[in-house]
Amino acid sequence: MTDVLAAVEIGTGEAVTFWVLGPIALAGALGMVFARNAVHSALFLVNTMLALGVFYVVQEAPFLGAVQIIVYTGAIMILFLFVLMLVGRDSSDSVVETLRGQRVAATVLGVGFAGLVGAGIARATQDLPVAGLEAVQGGAGGAADGNIEAIARLLFTRYLPAFEVTSALLITAAVGAMVLAHIEREPGSRQTQKELSRARFLTSEHPQTLPGPGIYARANSIAAPGRLPDGSPSEASFATGVEPQVVDELPPGGHSGGGWGPGAGRGDGPDGALGTTRGTGGELR
Amino acid sequence: METVPATGLLAASWLLIALPLAGAAVLLLGGKRTDRWGHLLAIGTVVAAFVLAVASTVQLSGLTTKSVGVELFTFISTGQLDVTAGLLYDPLSAVFVLLITGVGALIHVYSVGYMAHDPARRRFFAYLNLFVAAMLLLVLGDSFVALYVGWEGVGLASYLLIAFWYQRPAAATAAKKAFVMNRVGDVGLALAVFVMFVQLGTTSYAGVLGSVGLLAGGTVTALGLLLLLGACGKSGQFPLQAWLPDAMEGPTPVSALIHAATMVTAGVYLIARSAPVFDASPTARTVVLVVGAITILIGAVAGCAFDDIKKVLAWSTVSQIGYMFLAVGLGPVGYVAAIAHLLTHGFFKAGLFLGAGSVMHGMGDQTDMRRFGGLAGRMKTTFVTFGLGYLALIGFPFLSGYWTKDAIIEAAFDRGGVSGYLLGGVAVLGAGLTAFYMTRLMLMTFAGRPRWEDGVHPHESPAVMTAPMVVLAVGSVAAGFLLVEVFPLADWLAPVFGAPEEATAHVVPPLAVSVLVTLVVAVGVLVAWLFVGRREVPVVAPERVSLPVRAARNALYADTVNETVFMRPGMWLTRALVYVDNRGVDGLVNGIGAGLGGSSSRLGRTQTGFVRSYALGMLGGAVLVAAALLAVAS
Amino acid sequence: MSLTNYLVLAAVLFTIGAVGVLVRRNAIVVFMCIELMLNSVNLTLVTFARATGTLDGQVIAFFVMVVAAAEVVVGLAIIMSIYRTRRSASVDDANLLKY
Repeated sequence: MTDVLAAVEIGTGEAVTFWVLGPIALAGALGMVFARNAVHSALFLVNTMLALGVFYVVQEAPFLGAVQIIVYTGAIMILFLFVLMLVGRDSSDSVVETLRGQRVAATVLGVGFAGLVGAGIARATQDLPVAGLEAVQGGAGGAADGNIEAIARLLFTRYLPAFEVTSALLITAAVGAMVLAHIEREPGSRQTQKELSRARFLTSEHPQTLPGPGIYARANSIAAPGRLPDGSPSEASFATGVEPQVVDELPPGGHSGGGWGPGAGRGDGPDGALGTTRGTGGELR
Repeated sequence: METVPATGLLAASWLLIALPLAGAAVLLLGGKRTDRWGHLLAIGTVVAAFVLAVASTVQLSGLTTKSVGVELFTFISTGQLDVTAGLLYDPLSAVFVLLITGVGALIHVYSVGYMAHDPARRRFFAYLNLFVAAMLLLVLGDSFVALYVGWEGVGLASYLLIAFWYQRPAAATAAKKAFVMNRVGDVGLALAVFVMFVQLGTTSYAGVLGSVGLLAGGTVTALGLLLLLGACGKSGQFPLQAWLPDAMEGPTPVSALIHAATMVTAGVYLIARSAPVFDASPTARTVVLVVGAITILIGAVAGCAFDDIKKVLAWSTVSQIGYMFLAVGLGPVGYVAAIAHLLTHGFFKAGLFLGAGSVMHGMGDQTDMRRFGGLAGRMKTTFVTFGLGYLALIGFPFLSGYWTKDAIIEAAFDRGGVSGYLLGGVAVLGAGLTAFYMTRLMLMTFAGRPRWEDGVHPHESPAVMTAPMVVLAVGSVAAGFLLVEVFPLADWLAPVFGAPEEATAHVVPPLAVSVLVTLVVAVGVLVAWLFVGRREVPVVAPERVSLPVRAARNALYADTVNETVFMRPGMWLTRALVYVDNRGVDGLVNGIGAGLGGSSSRLGRTQTGFVRSYALGMLGGAVLVAAALLAVAS
Repeated sequence: MSLTNYLVLAAVLFTIGAVGVLVRRNAIVVFMCIELMLNSVNLTLVTFARATGTLDGQVIAFFVMVVAAAEVVVGLAIIMSIYRTRRSASVDDANLLKY
């Protein structure tokens, strides 16, 4: 088909767009991986997705570009942020790697993978003629219907079964999410915010938000620094004006690799962790 | 040898075995319910068997063909091996059946008194009945397989009865020793049966003994030696003699019935029954002779040194069975003499054992002769019956032993040449030693000053015990004369061993032999009186004794030899095998297992549970796939 | 400038997403990395649709988005319920399934 159709030249404007937005997308991706704060990661990802949305529009897919911006950056990423807020993400993640050699191996394999796939794609597609989509959806000078009509025609004819199955998938996902996130309550047992807050402050040892994953907090004293997953004190948890000192701490949990986060001091198993959940569960609701 | 089908009473001769067996079954299965009348049932079955045996023998004597076969059922039927369970009632087995049931019945009666106070009397009688049944099967079976079944049955009964007081470690150990040493002999017998099957395809007496001539000379010799090994094990002959004195740990009636009169003579029966095999192999026969001669001396020498009354009698039994082996080793001239001596020995040795039991009964189960003395006045019946048995055993003129032992000694001299004189000399020497140790026993037990322990009040045994002793004493006195002169055993056994050939030329005249033996016996008695009767017997055996006495006390170190030659190397071998098994075989298996287990757990360590590690693995796989694709494409 | 640029960019983005999955412990960030990988695939689909002159690539990219949305909904619900019981959103803490 590429032989029949005349190749479309890629204009300078598109090249400029690519070379401007490509680095931005790359920077967003790298920023997402390296940001210590999960909220920052989400925002970097939004950045990348917006850039990709522009690429879709440039590549004669205006509908997909709009959907990318509305659905991905608008809906999905907001969902991410909601969950982040629910989980109580106000501090940074630990950047100490607990799996030995994981980071080095991941970097080496990542570079290798990118090199292999990139080189392979480059070699295979460097002379790929661009057919363009004017013939099927009408572009700048095309005759046929627009992009949305073309996609709709395809979607409701050739891809109709897949489309219908997709609807079932969405319903299932919605029901599944409800089932997973649902908490059974006795009728009439619903507590007010006031009661919940009072219960939390009266009974819980931990009224405030828990530290990020991988940090042990095994003492109530402000002078005891939090512990990173490798056991070293976390500098971020040093209290200002108080010298870090050794205080009575709960015995360490049995797990060396990661522990159970905040629950590590109170019990080794999920039951112990469950016990803490009951005390502070109110903030989840 | 012709065999005719059984008729009349003889057809019911299976009852001989079935009766005691049923008695044993009732007593063993009946449990405590049979405690009160169980011993009466046991006596009843054996007496009934004895009556039946007498009647059957009378019927047999009236037949022209004195060999009656009773077909019972097919025991084993396989491709090439057909063993029918059948009985053979001929003069030889008739003699044994009469001895077993007769002496057995007397000893059953005696046991009622002897075991009166034992809480397990019922079990004792059950085992005795079991023994009688097995022994009858041994002598009545018409094939070597049937004999083997009975052979093992008496071995079992012997084991059970030696260990009757199994609470005593000595009894349990003695039973084990008897069982294991019997097993050595039994292996020989089993191998002999295998050889018969392989070479002849049959195991019946008629089939095997009739076709010995078809076998190669070496095979016959091997067969004879294997049979001899079995006989040595059962009869306590050299080199398997050590178990018999230890077997005296069992109750005394058992020693009388099993380890004196009947079971231990099974070896003689086996060799006599297999006479054609030994007739065909002079080598095997010579070995029998040598075994018998050595055993005569071992038994007699050891008997001189022991202080335990039952062990002296046991060594005497070993020695006397040595005479029987010597006799059967002499060939056709000796078979009848051996059987005759076996019968008279059954009488007087059973009587002696019963007398010893009576003494023990009166002395509070004491067996050390140094603690006896002066019992003649207190236990008159026992003294008289025991004394008659003693005279019969040492060969006092015209008592049983005189007739039958002298016949063996004569036959030994008649062998001729140097070996004849040698064997005869050994037999005469044995007779002298027998006189010595039996006189010593008599003097230490019945004569002299009492050396009883405190609180022992010797008393005569009840009539139920003395009556069998009297009967046996009468037998001891008269049996020899009856068997040799009145009802010649040689004529009776002629259908089995051939007609008695009139010995034309004796090397040494019979009269001279008798005089010589009597003189030697007199010397033995005199020496015993000089050593024992004249002086005070010390209560504790002297420690400082000469080397020969020490050797005799240790039974010529038979146990030591056995331990050094067989037990120690066996244990070393076992330990080495266990070591090889543990370290070598198990080590290999365990090593493979441990290696696999270790490497598995090493591999398992990669399953860290961290999803990121697994994802790393996936990425690595993806890189590999990509690299492979590129490599293939380019 | 050719379509190869887009494809190589997509490959690099995919790799960055993959490496992010490997190095980040926070389950939500790991999820974001997966979204980035899906997006990079979408970019290739759109690019190849343009190269071949058919719309099928775009339709498939559309389906990918739908599936990604459903996946995000369910995945975040799972993370929520794990967090509720474990008080942790670290993927390293769910490591019971091991030797």
